[in-house]
Amino acid sequence: MVYKLQKIIAMKEYLLGNVAIARGILEAGTRVVTGYPGTPASEIVEALAPFARKYGIHVEWSVNEKAALEVAIGSSWAGTRAVSVMKHVGLNVAADPFMTLAYTGVRGGLVVSVSDDPFCHSSQNEQDSRRYAQFAGIPCLDPADPQEARDMIIYAFELSEELELPVLLRPTTRVSHASSDVEVGQIKGGGTNPEFTKDPARWVMLPAHARTRHTVLLEKQDAIKTALADVPWNRLVLRGNIGVIASGISGLYAEEALKQLEADISILRIGTFPPPDGLCSELLEHVTKVMVIEELEPVLEEYVERLARKHNPDLELLGKRSGHIPRVGELDTFQVRNAIAGMTAMPLLEVISVKEADEILPPRPPSLCPGCSHRATYYAMKKAFGKDAVFPSDIGCYTLAVRMGTIDTCLCMGASITLASGIRFAGEERDICCSIGDSTFLHTGLPGLLNAAYNNARITVTVLDNSTTAMTGHQPHPGTGFTVTGARTKAVSVETVANALGADFVVTVDPYDLNATIETFQRAKECQGLSVVIAKQLCGIIARKSGIRRRPFTVNKENCTGCRKCVEFGCPAIEFDEDSARINALCTGCGVCAQICSNKAIEVVE
Amino acid sequence: MRTSVCDIVLVGVGGQGVILLSNIIGKAALKAGYPVRGAETHGMAQRGGSVMNHIRLGCEYGPLVPAGGADVLLAFEPAEALRYAHYLSEDGIAVVNTYPVHPTTVTTGQFTYPSLEEILRPLQRVCNKLKTIDATKLAADAGNPQAMNVVMLGALSEYIPLREEELIEALSVSVPAKFLEVNRRAFELGRREV
Repeated sequence: MVYKLQKIIAMKEYLLGNVAIARGILEAGTRVVTGYPGTPASEIVEALAPFARKYGIHVEWSVNEKAALEVAIGSSWAGTRAVSVMKHVGLNVAADPFMTLAYTGVRGGLVVSVSDDPFCHSSQNEQDSRRYAQFAGIPCLDPADPQEARDMIIYAFELSEELELPVLLRPTTRVSHASSDVEVGQIKGGGTNPEFTKDPARWVMLPAHARTRHTVLLEKQDAIKTALADVPWNRLVLRGNIGVIASGISGLYAEEALKQLEADISILRIGTFPPPDGLCSELLEHVTKVMVIEELEPVLEEYVERLARKHNPDLELLGKRSGHIPRVGELDTFQVRNAIAGMTAMPLLEVISVKEADEILPPRPPSLCPGCSHRATYYAMKKAFGKDAVFPSDIGCYTLAVRMGTIDTCLCMGASITLASGIRFAGEERDICCSIGDSTFLHTGLPGLLNAAYNNARITVTVLDNSTTAMTGHQPHPGTGFTVTGARTKAVSVETVANALGADFVVTVDPYDLNATIETFQRAKECQGLSVVIAKQLCGIIARKSGIRRRPFTVNKENCTGCRKCVEFGCPAIEFDEDSARINALCTGCGVCAQICSNKAIEVVE
Repeated sequence: MRTSVCDIVLVGVGGQGVILLSNIIGKAALKAGYPVRGAETHGMAQRGGSVMNHIRLGCEYGPLVPAGGADVLLAFEPAEALRYAHYLSEDGIAVVNTYPVHPTTVTTGQFTYPSLEEILRPLQRVCNKLKTIDATKLAADAGNPQAMNVVMLGALSEYIPLREEELIEALSVSVPAKFLEVNRRAFELGRREV
């Protein structure tokens, strides 16, 4: 998707948080942008890609977050501004360079933009990246809305250069995927001509250098606090002797709650970590009771608790530990309002109960699209391996097939192959067939496959190759032959890679050919070594967008016995009407159901 | 004390154009001079799942409409209207497309889809006004069933503090020029329906 960036003429625009961040990156004169797709972060890189050439910026989808961060670090060390963009769990992949980067520091401003996902809207956990900044000893900016996110990322580059440290920008889902009116500024051109300056004591982290740089990092901690002391995103309003302290978007929820309650409560909003000692102690000395409001981890709460020991030892501190603010999920004004009302003995609001919604509504979980080839692959996999085999899986659209019985695990990017290996080495004797998407395979599946080959894991690895990173919005990857800007590049062949890494059996099959796919899985199952099946068929959404049309199918009612075999396949295009199956307008013509039907009742529409 | 001029919750099924419509409303609100806050569902929930977007006109706080706070619930699908009915305020208005979209849990026979009457009865109870509209059919009448979301926008336009010109202008910069005529007809059919 091309996001509107360049056309911003008016100084105020209705922008998605991620697009506002992209705009800030452009305005800051950043020259290198890297990242790996992940909800809710993907649109930042996507919004910048169409303008790479015009502004002389290198924009890339990297193969994974570790590669992304390292590329950005190299650019920073060469003296240019760089940003690396990822979702929270991506930072785990990039944690190795991230932690030592804090020691080496930076030259050109370097910002790591990490979108957190409270409530796990699209994630496997809800870790709090503020902890990572704390762990590494670097500043973290916690924007409350798209405007702050845009303003903060521009400031983050300046702060990074001032401190010679990377800065973490931490929007959450409700900032990255919020839209609002955003005031923007002028776009700066890319900076001067960068050059890498040799400086082994800085860039070569031998133990002797690392020990020195660790000290340098610790000595910078006071400078971080000084630099952040006067930023506009920490603001204090003193009112009554009860107070709230809230971080990031929770600050907006708290402000709204106070307005609704018309309560005489002091408020301190925090946008930076470490938080400002001066403002915090001013509030703590003013109040007798304070509630700390933040999503996820009690990062701010722990800080306030420590500070209160010095400035107000008798302070009554409410928050996560006291059970007033949940540590799980996301907050909103409703929850925050009731938490504050409860603290001040004001009446609580109740959610109106609509019990029929729970009683009569069918669930509507996201599901694989009509005609999705993953469904066909899993159907064939189960036919060949039986339901008793072990099916580790991975992260992507295909995890939505969990109801098919062929998804037994989902842990993190690339873990399917290694979990399968571990389950085998534990002594599991049943067949093991894992599945992983093409983008995930190239992201972190490669070392797993190499590990399986090296250590003789007798497993079957299925690469669900739909030639895109589908779940996050169809980004290209090294197997597609295109970069993020649409430029042609080398296309890596999964088959060649699997052979090179040492697989004993590598076969590519079209999952729309059901019999061939079942037969391939059977051969893979019989293989006594490491077998790889590549189920290759273009993602249905991309196929449709690129004009590929197949003739749809229909049910011949005379032949249909109502056995429901096709219905149980689970394609949204197949429905059941009283006593027979019916194919609706969603049919993409993949033809798999016609191969499943044992009564030849499903025919192509001529 | 009110903290927003008008809070709208838009619900539907992934792929029905909920995000596009939110953007049109957001742009129109900006044109009208309102500060505006929106929250969108991207990612996982788009794969045919249940989708909810929030739009707050004249608001400078967080993007999420609090439960029990929506002035308007605009539902592209009847079951989804009921699923999010608890967002409606006592004075709220529900505008509901009556054309059902069956989830896979229904097409595969695990669950049954309730009758329209069963869905609308509890909705009627919790809001001040319920307006039903066969937006999918009206969109087809306008020339493209895909324009259902714009029929709903036309209906919504009667209940929110934005002028038709502002909405139409935002619409015309948000949809491809070749679909503009159909979309304008869809808007008009929706507007006339309420």
